[in-house]
Amino acid sequence: MLTISRDLYEKIIAHARADHPDEACGVIAGPAGSDRPQRFIPMVNAERSPTFYRFDSAEQLKVWREMDDRDEEPVVIYHSHTATQAYPSRTDISYASEPQAHYVLVSTRDEQDTEFRSYRISDAEVTEESVQVAE
Amino acid sequence: MAIEVRIPTILRSYTGGAKAVQGSGSTLGELLINLDAEHGGLRARLVDGENLRRFVNVYLNDEDVRFLGGLDTPVSDGDTVTVLPAVAGGSVSG
Repeated sequence: MLTISRDLYEKIIAHARADHPDEACGVIAGPAGSDRPQRFIPMVNAERSPTFYRFDSAEQLKVWREMDDRDEEPVVIYHSHTATQAYPSRTDISYASEPQAHYVLVSTRDEQDTEFRSYRISDAEVTEESVQVAE
Repeated sequence: MAIEVRIPTILRSYTGGAKAVQGSGSTLGELLINLDAEHGGLRARLVDGENLRRFVNVYLNDEDVRFLGGLDTPVSDGDTVTVLPAVAGGSVSG
């Protein structure tokens, strides 16, 4: 199960809405081993595409080093789908490389309702988990 | 002196859990061949044929080696090489 604060939950949705129709992506860092997402880090989608995302490599190095220095890890890795459901695509699954992370997908295909779902992706296997928004 | 190579979590099964390993070589390509002698299988996760795999980022100090010379990038003692899996995906299945 992913437990996430209302504030961070809203920030992910706001980022996805702001970048629509391109896919938005980012990380929420937290203390290593804590499983608690705390620090919101929106990332540039280097592809600027409605169907694909990739972290900018220079920005990723900077952010990953920062997390290392602060004894953090990527607790949540999020991205949006802008025309399809919030379920990991084959592409998402084949590139997933952080087995300890919660992969959050949001779908902005509906203008009003935003789908927000979370998954574990490990060894090409997807397991959906429940999301608890802490008030 | 040697070249330090920082290994991401997902590839630490090849390094006995080590976060960083040491190797030698005059180019990145040579360094990876050198590392593979002790950490068999690591190179194949980074290199496909003659090129770096598309969804692996390799940095020499602070620079993505794609902008330097790929596997031909010169390396020397005291350098740090960092490997990070690219974070990527998308809604279109390929």
